[in-house]
Amino acid sequence: MEHEQTYWFPILQLRNVHCHSLKMSRRYDTRTTIFSPEGRLYQVEYAMEAVGHAGICLGILANDGIVLAAERRNTNKLLDEVFASEKIYQLHNDLACSVAGITSDANVLTNQLRLIAQRHLLQFQEPIPCEQVVSSLCDVKQAYTQFGGLRPFGVSILYMGWDKHYGYQLYQSDPSGNYSGWKATCIGNNSVAAVSMLKQEYKEEEMGLKDALKLAVKVLDKTLDITKLTPDKVEMSTLTRENGTTKIKILGAEAVEALIKEHEQVKAEEAKQSRCQEINCSFNL
Amino acid sequence: MECLIGIQGPDFVLVASDSASGRSIVRMKDDQDKMFKLSRYELTPHAAANFTRRNLADALRSSSAYQVNMLIAGYDDANGPELYYMDWLAALSKVPFAAHGYGSFFSLSIMDRYYKPGLTREDASELLKKCIEEVQKRFLVRLPDFFIRIVDKDGVHDVSIPTKS
Repeated sequence: MEHEQTYWFPILQLRNVHCHSLKMSRRYDTRTTIFSPEGRLYQVEYAMEAVGHAGICLGILANDGIVLAAERRNTNKLLDEVFASEKIYQLHNDLACSVAGITSDANVLTNQLRLIAQRHLLQFQEPIPCEQVVSSLCDVKQAYTQFGGLRPFGVSILYMGWDKHYGYQLYQSDPSGNYSGWKATCIGNNSVAAVSMLKQEYKEEEMGLKDALKLAVKVLDKTLDITKLTPDKVEMSTLTRENGTTKIKILGAEAVEALIKEHEQVKAEEAKQSRCQEINCSFNL
Repeated sequence: MECLIGIQGPDFVLVASDSASGRSIVRMKDDQDKMFKLSRYELTPHAAANFTRRNLADALRSSSAYQVNMLIAGYDDANGPELYYMDWLAALSKVPFAAHGYGSFFSLSIMDRYYKPGLTREDASELLKKCIEEVQKRFLVRLPDFFIRIVDKDGVHDVSIPTKS
């Protein structure tokens, strides 16, 4: 104790005498985005951590469309149904996204995304290419990891879109401002397990939209911490091209219910088969 | 005093610009190339035209307005050849043929009379020649030479350029 007191004394004195140096220390305090001695950006890592606790989102690219599916956490029968969807947002005609992380941060970012897309449309009278939206938003996200002493956005985003340059596209972006294109990927809670499952089950060049929807339900069923999948727990949407225009659909409860039912039948079938195999094996032994 | 002419065909756009450069009553140069290649930018002709229009329109409502008329010719795999007419008031329209400057008073009527939608490159060259000859015959100001280029799926090609340059 005594040692501590003698330590603090000169600092207190300093503050009284030189107001100037007080300002200096305040200036450093506001810098939250500095490297740690090990060369890491803690604030960015904490933001990624926040995303890791969020409800899962997954996207699958098919030959004839794209699927986005997300876990719905805020389920309460008292909740007024103000929004048709909680986590999937349409950004413009040819682009939709699904977010994992702090919802209020996500609202700010989706607003930015819509502005980016509309500005391009206003300036060029043409829809913005998918990657340009994603990379523009990532510039914003990156800036928060370097400037201003504000915290980064605690949000990862999956984007599904179509443009005339590259057709159907699926992108992911995270709080650090990195982004990448995927055939199938996943963000949020338990996403590592989901990605490895997608890696196993994704059939390159052979995926139709129907297969993608089935796979989405299967992965959600395996990775969600719930015993039974119900339509109010998941949100699903598709993006397709019909007669030269993009259709973005948020699947209704009945459609999701049907998908779940179909999945459950397949699962029961598989369980029955594996049980038969076990019996056969034991006979053979 | 300057003259620009453009003619769009089924798989090309033919454009011509006079080569005179002057100010007030003085001609200072007669091998001035007034065409600029924009293909470095990954934009469709439609996007490039609308982008330019927007900038021109914004500048028009500022203290430093541009005073420029232009023809924008381009080719894009999805939409084929395109010709856009834009004046200094930032009025943009997509047209099959167009002309700017005093030369337009002489050439538009000719193009209106002889333009056919499916015209070949030779037809277009003939039509352009008719226009230029009329300008050089009737117009008070002398416009001796023109840069003539063609834009198609392979890019921008010279058809004829003033011998001096």
